[in-house]
Amino acid sequence: MKYIDAEQVSKRMGTRIAKNNLLKSLFFMATLFGLIVLAILIYRVVVDSVGWIDWNFLTGKLSTAAERAGIMGAILGTFWMMLVVAPVTLILGIGTAIYLELYAKKGRFQAIIQTNISNLAGVPSIVYGILGLTIFVRAMEMGNIILAGGLTLSLLILPIVIVAAQEAIRAVPGFLSEASYGMGATKWQTIKNVILPAALPGILTGAILALSRAIGETAPLTVIGIPALIIPFPEGIFDKFTALPMQIYYWTLDSSLVAEYANLAAATIVVLLLLLFVLNSAAIFIRNKFQQRF
Amino acid sequence: MSLLTVKENISMVNNGNTDIVSAVQSNSNVVFDTKDLNLWYGETHALKDINLTINEKEVTAIIGPSGCGKSTYLKTLNRMVELVPTVRTTGEITYKGKSILDKSSKVEELRTHVGMVFQKPNPFPKSIYDNIAYGPRIHGIRNKKILDEIVEKSLRGAYIWDEVKDRLKENAYGLSGGQQQRLCIARTLAIEPDVILMDEPTSALDPKSTLKIEDLVQELKKDYSIIIVTHNMQQAARISDRTAFFLNGEVVEFDVTDTIFTKPTDNRTEDYISGRFG
Ligand SMILES: Nc1ncnc2c1ncn2[C@@H]1O[C@H](COP(=O)(O)OP(=O)(O)OP(=O)(O)O)[C@@H](O)[C@H]1O
Ligand SMILES: [Mg+2]
Repeated sequence: MKYIDAEQVSKRMGTRIAKNNLLKSLFFMATLFGLIVLAILIYRVVVDSVGWIDWNFLTGKLSTAAERAGIMGAILGTFWMMLVVAPVTLILGIGTAIYLELYAKKGRFQAIIQTNISNLAGVPSIVYGILGLTIFVRAMEMGNIILAGGLTLSLLILPIVIVAAQEAIRAVPGFLSEASYGMGATKWQTIKNVILPAALPGILTGAILALSRAIGETAPLTVIGIPALIIPFPEGIFDKFTALPMQIYYWTLDSSLVAEYANLAAATIVVLLLLLFVLNSAAIFIRNKFQQRF
Repeated sequence: MSLLTVKENISMVNNGNTDIVSAVQSNSNVVFDTKDLNLWYGETHALKDINLTINEKEVTAIIGPSGCGKSTYLKTLNRMVELVPTVRTTGEITYKGKSILDKSSKVEELRTHVGMVFQKPNPFPKSIYDNIAYGPRIHGIRNKKILDEIVEKSLRGAYIWDEVKDRLKENAYGLSGGQQQRLCIARTLAIEPDVILMDEPTSALDPKSTLKIEDLVQELKKDYSIIIVTHNMQQAARISDRTAFFLNGEVVEFDVTDTIFTKPTDNRTEDYISGRFG
């Protein structure tokens, strides 16, 4: 005697398939919702920016006159700041991840650090701004220079980089490091020759995504006091500066006074979005190109 | 120990196998001597009062049902068990007379004398050449000419040279499973060990690749001491000189392979070999 009745099965088949199709369209609509919102957003920004992005805008100095205003200063500011953020977060982030994943004894102490890092990743960015203001700008008397801004943003994304690097390291299969240890390699030799090469694509992808988060951050920079004034182009990490998101912020703020500032803000957003697009493409490229197969 | 030796000698003589007789005569060449070894994974008592003597240039097979502690014992011999943080051991293992379990002996040094081949082929995601050169490089050899020589010698030693000599720069994962496993054996040979531990090296392979590895083990035995874990009774009978039967973390019987397979002293050995359990 059979438990599954073929007749019943075929009778219920219609409803089963209908249910599957219904859910499929529901999930598709959920996806569509996000896509539509994104499309509207980009459409509005692009429409506002049309005609404003030209050579003078990209390479010119800041100006109160909307037609003459350029964002070279902000581009350079963002560029120099990333030159601080990238090495600081990579070195500290990978170092911490290696220690926690490969050297630290699994125990209470390690668990406490781990929980704190995860919690830090969720702290609002403005809090990091206050931290940066207290430590770098005031206590260390740096003032609101690029280095101070860069270090502040480094603190902000460090937890993200650490967690991403930890996950990449954990994803390296144990049989690879076992093979290395089995031949008498020390831990460091195994890390350097086997674990890091296998984990690097994952680490870099995470780091680049974290960097693109840092590039768009505004709140911490407003807290450490980036001036809305017109200042010379920064030439190094010890200069005062403005950055792309700051520029968007100030122009949007003043668009009630000068209507064209809204267009300048939109044009700057487009530049920033393009920059982020390039960075994210680089992350995907690195992941696909250097991913090791095993 | 002495009882065992006497018994072995008798069965040797009966057997008339001169090869093994000479091995027994050179019995002073013990590589591993295990005395009262106990091992725990946390609360799990995985090895119980193990006493085993492993001779030089012999193939020692370890058989027994799943979970009886074969891999654990093998990994104790090169201290790979220590990668599991909860592991605790008591007792003593000496390698060529030197105690290896106390923390003052360097694992890195032990593992250059005691190589390991794993159950699943595990080449590095690097070129065939770099896989073989890995061991020599970590032990400080930089000279390209010497590395070339080691790579060729090791690949020849594992009978895979002809298959890969034209593709040394290609990724090792382009090889078949059986080739990968012979590559892993070659990689172990490259550190010029005295002992090779093999944990079910053919369980992931097809019959043809399995035979190749078995032949290889017979060849390697001339220069190396080999300890091999296997679930395949025929394999143990075919390739090993001595066989240890493990059950629930204990050594039930350890003897010359022929004796184990023809007239085991313990009923449990007989039951296992004849397929009545495990
Ligand atoms: N990492 C570990 N942590 C805790 N217990 C373990 C660990 N590895 C093995 N054990 C336990 O130790 C015992 C022996 O395991 P071992 O892997 O040595 O068996 P085995 O004889 O090799 O089995 P198989 O033939 O299935 O490979 C088993 O009870 C197993 O559950
Ligand atoms: Mg096993």
